[in-house]
Amino acid sequence: MAPAIRLRSAVALQGRFPVLSGVDLDLAAGQVLVVLGANGAGKTSLLRLLAGLVPLTSGEAEILGADLRSSSADVRRRVGLLGHDAGLHDELTPVENLRFALRASRLDHGRAEPALDRVGLSGRPSTTPLGRLSAGQRRRVGLALLVARRPQLWLLDEPHASLDEVTRSLVAEVVEEAAAGGAAVVASSHEPELAVPMADLVVTMAGGAVISSAPGGRGGGGDVA
Amino acid sequence: MRTALRKSIGPLSAVLVAVTAWLGLFVTPADKDQGDYVRLVYIHPAMAWVALYVAFGMAAVCSLLYLWKRTRSLRFDRLAAAAVEVGVVFTILTLITGSIWGRPTWGVWWTWDARLTSTAVLAVLFLGYLALRRVPAEAHVRARRSAVFALLAAVNVPIIHFSVIWWQTLHQGATVLNPNLSPTIHGIMAWTLLLSFIAFTLLFAWMVTVRYEIETLREDDHDADLAVAIAARKAEGAQP
Amino acid sequence: MWRDALLIARRDLTIELRSKVGLWQILPFGLLALFLFAFALGPRTDLLEAAAPGLFWLAVLFSSILAAQRSLNIEGSPATREANRLLGLDPAGVFLGKVVAMVVELLVLEVVLLVGIVLLFHVSVASWAFAAPALVLPAIGLSAAGVLYGSLAGGASTRSTLLPILVLPVEAPVLIAASKSLSRGLGATTPDAGRWLVLLCVFAAVYTVLGIALYGPLEES
Repeated sequence: MAPAIRLRSAVALQGRFPVLSGVDLDLAAGQVLVVLGANGAGKTSLLRLLAGLVPLTSGEAEILGADLRSSSADVRRRVGLLGHDAGLHDELTPVENLRFALRASRLDHGRAEPALDRVGLSGRPSTTPLGRLSAGQRRRVGLALLVARRPQLWLLDEPHASLDEVTRSLVAEVVEEAAAGGAAVVASSHEPELAVPMADLVVTMAGGAVISSAPGGRGGGGDVA
Repeated sequence: MRTALRKSIGPLSAVLVAVTAWLGLFVTPADKDQGDYVRLVYIHPAMAWVALYVAFGMAAVCSLLYLWKRTRSLRFDRLAAAAVEVGVVFTILTLITGSIWGRPTWGVWWTWDARLTSTAVLAVLFLGYLALRRVPAEAHVRARRSAVFALLAAVNVPIIHFSVIWWQTLHQGATVLNPNLSPTIHGIMAWTLLLSFIAFTLLFAWMVTVRYEIETLREDDHDADLAVAIAARKAEGAQP
Repeated sequence: MWRDALLIARRDLTIELRSKVGLWQILPFGLLALFLFAFALGPRTDLLEAAAPGLFWLAVLFSSILAAQRSLNIEGSPATREANRLLGLDPAGVFLGKVVAMVVELLVLEVVLLVGIVLLFHVSVASWAFAAPALVLPAIGLSAAGVLYGSLAGGASTRSTLLPILVLPVEAPVLIAASKSLSRGLGATTPDAGRWLVLLCVFAAVYTVLGIALYGPLEES
């Protein structure tokens, strides 16, 4: 089986600044990778590269068996990215947002409600325009979108940031479910104590490259490729 | 050889413009109706030719070459930008000289004639192109936006042209191309007119070349930086 | 492409109905413009009647800039654009959908402003055969050009000031042609009104086709 992610000396530019300065990375399907590092280390850029949103300037990148350079549009359709801003429409309700996204990616829009249920957003909040929900609730909607779309590669940009205890454990549960279902997960984090337990593999980034890697604490895992 | 040619364009165009000015001001005769104002014929049509056909045509062709995948290169983007930048200068000069000419002929500085109006609209399109280029963006993103805009503008030229012609028309027919008017221009006048076209086209070529070279030097500077930038970025990580 | 277009048009119109930016900001702006034109020209009825078609289209033209900006703001923050790119929508469909939604909005605006000039400038529709296409064709042309140039103008920060200078010169022929055709629809004896309708048709077709072809490459950045 093809690895979910295979990067070799991947370089990405933002303008003329090399946000990624040569990243090597491997991840198998069904595994969880946590990326640690200071602000500006290149964590978000790595996620965006993996999502096919930033062009690869040099090096090699194979995502879900496809060459990122030649088929980034194909890659994009099969990954799910949850950033600081989930990129949803404020005027639409969570249900409408999810249905729109599901229809756009040619999936069954009936998956919207169960996914919102899964993240604990049923009833009134699910039919209130997103702009009127709290930041935490909006993050849950973003997470619900990934649950509904069931991408093969999950990319979570600091999924724990500014969330309460309950939502944080919800994130951990959903990630575990996704990985158990065969998806690969990459999550960036500032908080090793929260992130490392859910990971098979933990890497640390600095200066736009991976500088160290270690096994994480995910149940029974630990067999690093 | 090529460098010699490139270096000679500047002095050559300067000499030709000077000769055109001398012939136009001192050697050719004044017109019996228009008097000395007729001497504007040695700059105005040539400037209009450069602005409306050479500059705009070059910008459109270079933009097309950039958008065409096989010939995609930032060189064409830079050439198009240089052509438009110099083209704007010539378009504005065309409008100014036309206006100076129009004052004694028509009695007003500006008239809502079709060619005048479409030239003014074209000048605004040129300015829009330059405004668009100033929006900060990654080099290829900017190149793509600019090229698309230039092509859209080119597609628009006939639409603007016809709409304005149908809207209103006063202007005398194109003087140089109109066979009926050829008896009024002959001998030394015709030669001076022809020389003015060559002189201003060369002047345009020289200005575009210089503009392009400046832009290229700037880019080369950046390219050299890239390897250094990657090393510097990696070094950030090596520090504790 | 059509499936995505429908999806996007529905989303844009839902958002528009809910946010009511068009209703509370763009529509009143158009009406206000009619009043301002009347103030500028003075209360002479004959003057206003003669100028009505041109003033009507000026009001629509300026409002359409606002509508185009609004339409692209719905596409939203960079994060929203990226989220939508990850959904794998067909860019041609997105363009078409946005144009359809904007055409609907502009038609509503035109109907309101038409009532406006009928009441304020004392004109009346003499020939719907000319008035109807003179209202619909420019709406398509202005929407297609507005969305296409809006996408060219880059992010929201630069778009608000850049879009007018980019798109208004291009739309000048629409202003001329639409004013002439509408004046025919309002009963004036405009020569060659048919020719102007053809020009409007060409403009709408050219920009729709170019938009379908170019919107994708432009959004891909």
